[in-house]
Amino acid sequence: MTPIIFIPLLPLIGFLVVGIFWPFFKGKGHFIAVPLMIGSWVIATSEFFKSFTNPPNVTFVYDWIRSGHLDIGISLQYDHLAAIMLFMVTTVAMLVHLYTIGYMHGDSGYDRFFSYISLFSFSMIMLVLSNNLVEMFIFWEAVGLCSYLLIVHWYERRPSWLAANKAFIMNRVGDFGFLLGIFLTYSTFGSVSFAEIFPAISSHLHQTVNIASAFHGSMNIPVLDLIALLLFLGAVGKSAQIPLHPWLPDAMEGPTPISALIHAATMVTAGIFMIARMNPLYNAAPFAAHVVAWTGGITAIVAATIALTQPDIKKIIAYSTMSQLGYMVMVCGLGGYGAGIFHLLTHGAFKALLFLGAGSVIHSLSGEQDVFRMGGLRKYIGLTFVTMLIGSLALSGIPPFAGYYSKDLILVTAYQQGPLGQILWMIGVLTAVLTAFYSFRLMFLVFGGKERFHSDQAGHGGHGIHPHESPWTMTVPLVLLSIAAVVAGWAGEHYGVLEYLAQELPIPHQDPVAGGMSDSALKGLSVGVGVLGIFVAWAFYGRESSIPGSLAKGLSFFYKLSLYKWYFDELYDLVFVRSSFLIGRLFWQELDKGVIDETVNGVAAFFRNSGLGLRRYQTGQLQNYAMVMAIGVFGLVAFYLVFNRM
Amino acid sequence: MVPLSWYVALSAFLFITGLVGVLIRRNIVVVLLCIEIMLNAVNVNFVAFSDYLHLIDGQIFVFFVITVAAAEVAIGLGIIISLFRLKESVNMDDYNLLKL
Repeated sequence: MTPIIFIPLLPLIGFLVVGIFWPFFKGKGHFIAVPLMIGSWVIATSEFFKSFTNPPNVTFVYDWIRSGHLDIGISLQYDHLAAIMLFMVTTVAMLVHLYTIGYMHGDSGYDRFFSYISLFSFSMIMLVLSNNLVEMFIFWEAVGLCSYLLIVHWYERRPSWLAANKAFIMNRVGDFGFLLGIFLTYSTFGSVSFAEIFPAISSHLHQTVNIASAFHGSMNIPVLDLIALLLFLGAVGKSAQIPLHPWLPDAMEGPTPISALIHAATMVTAGIFMIARMNPLYNAAPFAAHVVAWTGGITAIVAATIALTQPDIKKIIAYSTMSQLGYMVMVCGLGGYGAGIFHLLTHGAFKALLFLGAGSVIHSLSGEQDVFRMGGLRKYIGLTFVTMLIGSLALSGIPPFAGYYSKDLILVTAYQQGPLGQILWMIGVLTAVLTAFYSFRLMFLVFGGKERFHSDQAGHGGHGIHPHESPWTMTVPLVLLSIAAVVAGWAGEHYGVLEYLAQELPIPHQDPVAGGMSDSALKGLSVGVGVLGIFVAWAFYGRESSIPGSLAKGLSFFYKLSLYKWYFDELYDLVFVRSSFLIGRLFWQELDKGVIDETVNGVAAFFRNSGLGLRRYQTGQLQNYAMVMAIGVFGLVAFYLVFNRM
Repeated sequence: MVPLSWYVALSAFLFITGLVGVLIRRNIVVVLLCIEIMLNAVNVNFVAFSDYLHLIDGQIFVFFVITVAAAEVAIGLGIIISLFRLKESVNMDDYNLLKL
């Protein structure tokens, strides 16, 4: 038995022990869950370093479904892609476990929270290790379930369960596509195992499928494109790409540790991981790859524009996550899977850092999330400030921080992929300016300027809030993640993450553009736009300025478009929610109450009324009964006599 | 020789008398008497047919009926006495315990 099996097993044990025996822990659940998670991280790390020399291997665990030609086992496929993903996932999960001890201290659902994040860690690890589509789908759903359970952690609060329902339902739309993709894969290839699908792809290149056959039409689509698009629909839901994105910002209603773990570093990146894992398929499906690239590009820019004006600290970071996920999806669509995974890894580090930092800020202000009610926090929570500054610099792509290397790699890869790549590259550069701007808008508003948290506190008796630094369990993960946010990018480039990943993810053919910009020019440009964004943020928010206010007035249409998130929620509310309610009301009021209830009640009422009428004949007078009996006997005899004569 | 039809007519007349008495009289003792009249109508029938068919069975049956009627009257009077104690009345209309 390889040690790999213990990577998912230890969090599973943590979940089972804490989850089953939770009443006995009484706020001590972390004594079980955290050491097990640290153990899992230690194994994952040592296996990761061994993977440089060891060949990829598949650990068979057990046969799950065996029926005819369908043979689905639970296996752990440990190759370079899985190894590096596991390294990131277990690191962030371990640090978030640690952070949770401080952040959730005293919460009534403390042990429940630990059992769920352990279950999540197990599911995510299994998702990364899966070696066939069905296994991946099961854990794909399991992480979605954990996301739901953790968003709804404070289930007494209405926004929490509304957000959790939204996340679950929106993911269902995507997962339905994913499931259809699996069905089509099986009917095309006769297998759901990666090892059997990928070699067979070349023999299905020109196969088409008639998607209108149910309507007796004829609409032939290359089958590989269709599979890729259906699977991508699952990724759109999971990775919060337009149009299935609005659940991600709402999911910030959940506790901050899960925003960092699930909604920034791991679960939402499952979509990108899936695309990277299925890269032979996307390479063979050019149309689907274009759709992927455009979806990513549009998501990146739209999310960045929304993040510009949001007042809620966690929502800003959530839209930033969405925007960065858009980058990864975009570059995957252009064939740069390695660049996408690299950005996924560095993003996992600095975005988890930003979320945990935001959690520390919120913690220090006793639950305040509005950036306009913060300010001047630098001198109260210095450590959080420094770590978040590192995270923001990394996010803005300033060297030598992690984001610089990976984002730059994405932009360079995009630039070298022909005309489509160059259009998307322009979108990417524009997004980079916006990214730097909103990151530092957040930093200036939260940590710089005047202290605004004392005002508007009349309801609290006017004594205000005294910001305080968080306990060590919260600051240690911040420090460790900020170290990762500094070195991850450099280490990735220095040790050749692309060449390491090339085992599974082919490096795209680079096509130096004639007369185009050189690599170093591109690098300089992406740093330049980052600095530009930071400078604009300083000009707007770093000092006393009337620019934001007058811009908001002058361009009120665009300002509102951004503030109200491009009205996606309103649109969906109008198109889907209202119409569902309308149909539901129709069925409820007209069909259920009108037809079904009326029938059932009518039958009951008929018997009741006839009983009431017949009751009069039971007088209790024996003579009446005897009279009826006598009449009956005479009647029968007369009947007999008359008809027997005939 | 009296023809059979006369006996049958007598029997029918007695039976109808008893039945009408059972149905319309309100005094429970009279009702019990009317039941006896109906039984006797049956007895007349039995005896008449026994003679007509030259079969002794009918006459044997009459003895049974008389015996049962005697027993029935004994029980019936007992019931009437206990009902009277319960309701302080011999009027049938007061005996409506079967009604809900």
